[in-house]
Amino acid sequence: MATIPASSPPSAVEISRGSARARTPEPAVGVDRPRRVSTLTKDDVVALVGSLAGALGLVFVAYERLLPFSGVVGFLLCWYVTFLVLYSAVSALSQPRPVVWDRLATALIRGGAALVVLAVGSTIVYTFAKGWDADHHLNFFTRTMAGVVPTAPLNQGGVLHAIVGTLIEIGIAVLIALPLGVGTAVFISEVGGGFARVVRTVAEAMTALPDILAGLFIYATLILRAHVPLSGFAAGMALAVMMLPPIARASEVSLRVVPGGLREASLALGASHWRTVRLVVLPTARSGLATALILGIARGIGETAPVLICSGASTFFNDDPFHRVMNSLPLFIFSGFESGEQLYAARLWGAASVLMALVLILFVVARALARSRPGRP
Amino acid sequence: MSVVPAGPVTPARDGDAPRRLSPGLLPSERVFHGVARSIGGLVLVITGAIGLFLGLQLIPTLRTYGVRFFTSEAWLPDQNKVGVSSALVGTFEVATIAILVSVPLALLTALYISDYAPRWLRGPLVSLIDLMAAIPSIVYGLWGWYLFEPRAAEVSRWLSTYLGWFPPFHVDADTHAAAPQIAPVYYGSIVIAGLVVSMMVVPIACAVMRGVFAQTPAGEREAALALGATRWGVIRAVVMPFGRGGIIGGTMLGLGRALGETIGVLIIIDVHYNISLHVLQSGAVTVAALIADMFDESTPGQVSALLAAGFVLFLITMLVNLVAATLIGRSRSGAATEI
Repeated sequence: MATIPASSPPSAVEISRGSARARTPEPAVGVDRPRRVSTLTKDDVVALVGSLAGALGLVFVAYERLLPFSGVVGFLLCWYVTFLVLYSAVSALSQPRPVVWDRLATALIRGGAALVVLAVGSTIVYTFAKGWDADHHLNFFTRTMAGVVPTAPLNQGGVLHAIVGTLIEIGIAVLIALPLGVGTAVFISEVGGGFARVVRTVAEAMTALPDILAGLFIYATLILRAHVPLSGFAAGMALAVMMLPPIARASEVSLRVVPGGLREASLALGASHWRTVRLVVLPTARSGLATALILGIARGIGETAPVLICSGASTFFNDDPFHRVMNSLPLFIFSGFESGEQLYAARLWGAASVLMALVLILFVVARALARSRPGRP
Repeated sequence: MSVVPAGPVTPARDGDAPRRLSPGLLPSERVFHGVARSIGGLVLVITGAIGLFLGLQLIPTLRTYGVRFFTSEAWLPDQNKVGVSSALVGTFEVATIAILVSVPLALLTALYISDYAPRWLRGPLVSLIDLMAAIPSIVYGLWGWYLFEPRAAEVSRWLSTYLGWFPPFHVDADTHAAAPQIAPVYYGSIVIAGLVVSMMVVPIACAVMRGVFAQTPAGEREAALALGATRWGVIRAVVMPFGRGGIIGGTMLGLGRALGETIGVLIIIDVHYNISLHVLQSGAVTVAALIADMFDESTPGQVSALLAAGFVLFLITMLVNLVAATLIGRSRSGAATEI
């Protein structure tokens, strides 16, 4: 018989491995702990810190002392580039080439990500810091600019008319874009077919439609042909055109993750397709749909070009979207900027910080909704 | 022992033919499908209507201005000169710079999120990128005007002073003049407008790339690691080839956004109607900025010309976006090799 005996003598490899194990006992048998993948050696740390410090010193001497350069941005750029050169040179001294490439790529990737975070962070912080001058006057939120000269101090006038205008225009846009967007998503993901794929591709392409074209479209149709006056309604329609594709796309994504088993269970119980969609699919995807809506609103609330073309700017309070011009926050900011009035700058930043706060609030709500588990009532 | 059938098998015996499984749709279902299909079709109708209504305006514009509409540089309706050529060139210059800056940044950020960031940092970073996409473009414009432009102008000055022999960096001014006199030459340039636009392109491109990188099969990633690849080796051998469709698609989608950006460009750029390749120098215009800038003070005839310019922009951006959407859709449908 050719069966291997159970008590065959262990091979040399096994012996050596066994003895190695005996010398270094494993800490906890049975506990399944992931191995640490990153192995940071002293060489890694020293090369990184040394290169950073060396580049800083070199650039300081060359940039500030030897060469006739100036400027913080230039200094930081030179520092970073010098650091990359030094870091790869230092690594090449002691490491094989793949490690040098790896370190260089790591430095580039970390640097790129840090730059993006810095840019976003500076935008947000700067907006609120500059907006504080106007924001800490209560009248900024309770008054309008009617009868207030642009050079008036900040304790006169406010942006109430623009806030109300923005809310009304967004409300109109949501009333139109939400049903159509969710309907499109239902069509793409529940009904399907070749036509649905075409719709999905076009909707995806529409998400990057230039905002000014939505305004021009409404201008060319509603205002030039249907003789709707410049108004909040026209602006809301333009915003709806802007918001429909992102809402449709995000809703489609959230419908797609609804488990197919739920649909099949509903259909197997005899429910019609429509009842399945209405009572199973849509409620299951509810939090995803809410996120889609809120992200769509966040997109629409800051659009300037459509309202610039379709609503016209006012300084007075107007809550009637069908007659007379209506101001909104982006438009208020833009017209204030165009006027070039120095004293207006504080109001402009105040309005920008209000807009930013609205976007942030919507965003946090959207995140909170998205985090709540889908499918739970 | 095998049983051989005695006679030839009769092909059509009753009951053996597969039963028709599709019973057809109930009338109520047909209504539901019809409504859903028509809502979906509405998206196509809106897209088509945008093209149609803007395109209709091209006819009177071409009748009035002829081919000069595409070749003339200046947009001076009072002098009966209307042309989009300088705006078209400016649009592509701004978009090129925005893409050159934002695509590497978006790629690096996406790679950081997918391969480098510690687990606890990933969620917040993804949120931050999404938030970046939600920040209004006018806020980016103000940020660019007040915070970014004065600092960027210094770098522009440095580039034109020391690298002015390279044609794009050339500036028609004495670059060694005292700083306050020279500064306005560098404000409102194509480069600064492009950099501000890149702030809006980064989140769009990054979101697409990250989404594709996240779908990299874990098995292939682990296989590369097990073969001894470094982290960069994994990225180069597995992540980037897998995500190529997403990288290209994200770039194209970002390009569509960069071509169409209006307010961010209009705030930064110093409107001048001339074709110039000196990207560091003040003065240029893009199609979208031109439309927004001229709209207030236009007579109906001029508005028609602006709508025609919008149609040109629509054609360009929809073409770019459709290519992008197709590429992204294809990469999502899976060129994956599962393990």
